[in-house]
Amino acid sequence: MTFSEFMFGVFPYMCIIIAIVATTWRYVTDKFSYSSLSSQFLENRNLFWGSITWHYGILGVLAAHLVGFLIPETILWWNMEPIRLYILDTTGFVLGLMALVGLSILIVRRFTNSRLTVVGSNMDKVLYAVLFIQVLTGVLTAISYRWGSSWFAGFATPYLWSLVSLSPNVSLVENLPFTVQLHILNAFVFILLFPFTRLVHMLSVPIKYIWRPHQVVRWNRRKEILGPF
Amino acid sequence: MEVRAQVSMTFHLDKCIGCHTCSIACKNIWTDRKGTEYMWWNNVETKPGTGYPSKWENQDVYKGGWEPKGKSIGLKVTDKFRGLANIFHQPHLPTIDDYYEPWTYKYSDLFDSPAGDDQPTARPVSLITGENMDINAGPNWEDDFGGSEIYAKNDPNFAALSDSEKEALFEVERLVFFYLPRICNHCLNPGCVASCPSGALYKRGEDGIVLLDQNVCRAWRFCVSACPYKKSYYNWSTGKSEKCILCYPRLETGQPPACFHSCVGRIRYLGVVLYDADKVEQVASAPENELVDLQREMILDPHDPEVIAQAEKDGVHFSVIESAQQSPVYKFLKQWGMALPLHPEFRTLPMLFYIPPLLPVLGHVEKGNYDVDVENYFGSLDKARLPMKYLAKMFTAGDETKVREVLEKLLAVRMFKRAEQVDDIKQSDVDELLKKTGLTAQDCEEIYRLTALPTYEDRFVIPPMHREYVADALGDPYDFKAAAGVGGFNDQPARGL
Repeated sequence: MTFSEFMFGVFPYMCIIIAIVATTWRYVTDKFSYSSLSSQFLENRNLFWGSITWHYGILGVLAAHLVGFLIPETILWWNMEPIRLYILDTTGFVLGLMALVGLSILIVRRFTNSRLTVVGSNMDKVLYAVLFIQVLTGVLTAISYRWGSSWFAGFATPYLWSLVSLSPNVSLVENLPFTVQLHILNAFVFILLFPFTRLVHMLSVPIKYIWRPHQVVRWNRRKEILGPF
Repeated sequence: MEVRAQVSMTFHLDKCIGCHTCSIACKNIWTDRKGTEYMWWNNVETKPGTGYPSKWENQDVYKGGWEPKGKSIGLKVTDKFRGLANIFHQPHLPTIDDYYEPWTYKYSDLFDSPAGDDQPTARPVSLITGENMDINAGPNWEDDFGGSEIYAKNDPNFAALSDSEKEALFEVERLVFFYLPRICNHCLNPGCVASCPSGALYKRGEDGIVLLDQNVCRAWRFCVSACPYKKSYYNWSTGKSEKCILCYPRLETGQPPACFHSCVGRIRYLGVVLYDADKVEQVASAPENELVDLQREMILDPHDPEVIAQAEKDGVHFSVIESAQQSPVYKFLKQWGMALPLHPEFRTLPMLFYIPPLLPVLGHVEKGNYDVDVENYFGSLDKARLPMKYLAKMFTAGDETKVREVLEKLLAVRMFKRAEQVDDIKQSDVDELLKKTGLTAQDCEEIYRLTALPTYEDRFVIPPMHREYVADALGDPYDFKAAAGVGGFNDQPARGL
């Protein structure tokens, strides 16, 4: 097994399996630790600029990746007209830039405010590093190797599907430029870190709030009481 | 009609001496942990004053409580979709500086400083960062500062007063203040519960205590904003919100909450009341001037056979109904109509009721001497030192007649007892006031006894919580260990990674 066969053919599975097992384990044994761990209460102003830009930027980028993964043919069809390709690529680039700016604000905020250093953990620092590498390599890829929305469908999508079908096709990615390779590998590190960092807050998206009744009542006993009525 | 039971409270403000024993009792038991230092689940404010957190009553800023929306009501701070859109940054969240930065002193410096020309000092250090800090706000920072330019004058309740009325209030001779102890109101229509995206907050069906499930809380912090009384707090250290639990582990073992138990002035009463749960939305959506009356109406008479029958059908245990029949809260609230909710216009239907203070209203200075009118021993409400408008803003959504009614009842009881015991008040005056307030001589005697001479058992009528029905015999008894206030966590609850 060559080095790249290991990194692109085995390492992803290791990360994903560890992430799934550890996330389940953490949820079952330590629900208390699931929290967005918001620091807005200690610092409000900069969080607005950082958090809003970061979250909407990264959510947009992730959604774009997901679309490219699920419907590559549609993306290629869309990109047949150059103007539509420009629009799609620019949108992706702007979203990536938003995420980069937001993340930078959040990192600076975290390390310059003494109240926030108190509530930051070592895993937060690791996570910041991984996220920053991920977003930076993503933005650099967009700048250096243009029309990513098209070639993503040609390289990344088949590679990811080959992972899903348990027959990893390493040849699709082993000759890609280093920036792109780092982006791919770092993405699996990101998945690996999921259960060991505050990333688990992604599982707490409170969708249920939309349809649940406003008031919540919990009964200790709703069954008929066996009492001397 | 759906009858439910609610553990309810009454605070008699004329009896509060502002000693903060309640706050300390609560702090020692519940909020002496890291991240909770700034929290005062029970706090005592000086009124007029800005309160804790600063100007909490100003909902233009804090966006707490409900507002009319269409035929019903909606939360001011969020709704189902705005809540999700604002989840990355909550636009109206108060920050720690709206409360105060908690601190301690570097006492070790007193011992460890090298010998020198000056006395060593213990400098204040922040309990958040551990750095040296200047203290410029703290709990009860405005204690007893009636008439203060910074605190009393900025009381949001003065909004209704004209400038000249305000000025008059700050003449030295008229300076006045009273105390307002506050805990979670355990509302019937809680904003905190309705606002929680995770569904972590809930009302206990059997006794109406509002609790926050820390294992479900994901720190979205909407409860902090949506509670108009600012009685839900964010623990910045654990990343979970916390609130007053009405000492339910104590209640379940037949003891009153610590703040009630320790109250030096014996101002606090606790008892269960029955209410009609079907009416919650309708009452909370009523026009502002009807809120007080309608909320009182939805409290049901526990002696009414129809209510008892329905209560039994709805699963209220007969021992709880019996307890409701003895409830001191029911007496003050319904029987005598003397207790008022704090800021009913927030529309959360708070179940902590206050008997407004009569004394600071009546005290009157004439030509530099404290005026004790021989003709009119207790003075008169018309010469009130604290404008009725101010009290009305706090307790009746601005309706002065409702506050006046209560104060007249308080006055009637005093006149009645004075006439009886000292006999220097004309019986005709007493009779006239009794007729006006609708109180009978027997009522006055009972009110007097429950106000001035209540025993522990009179003040706290704690319903049996019947935990024995919950922990069924087949389950693991250790599952329920935590519910009694011990155990539950194998380790200290720690902040997640």
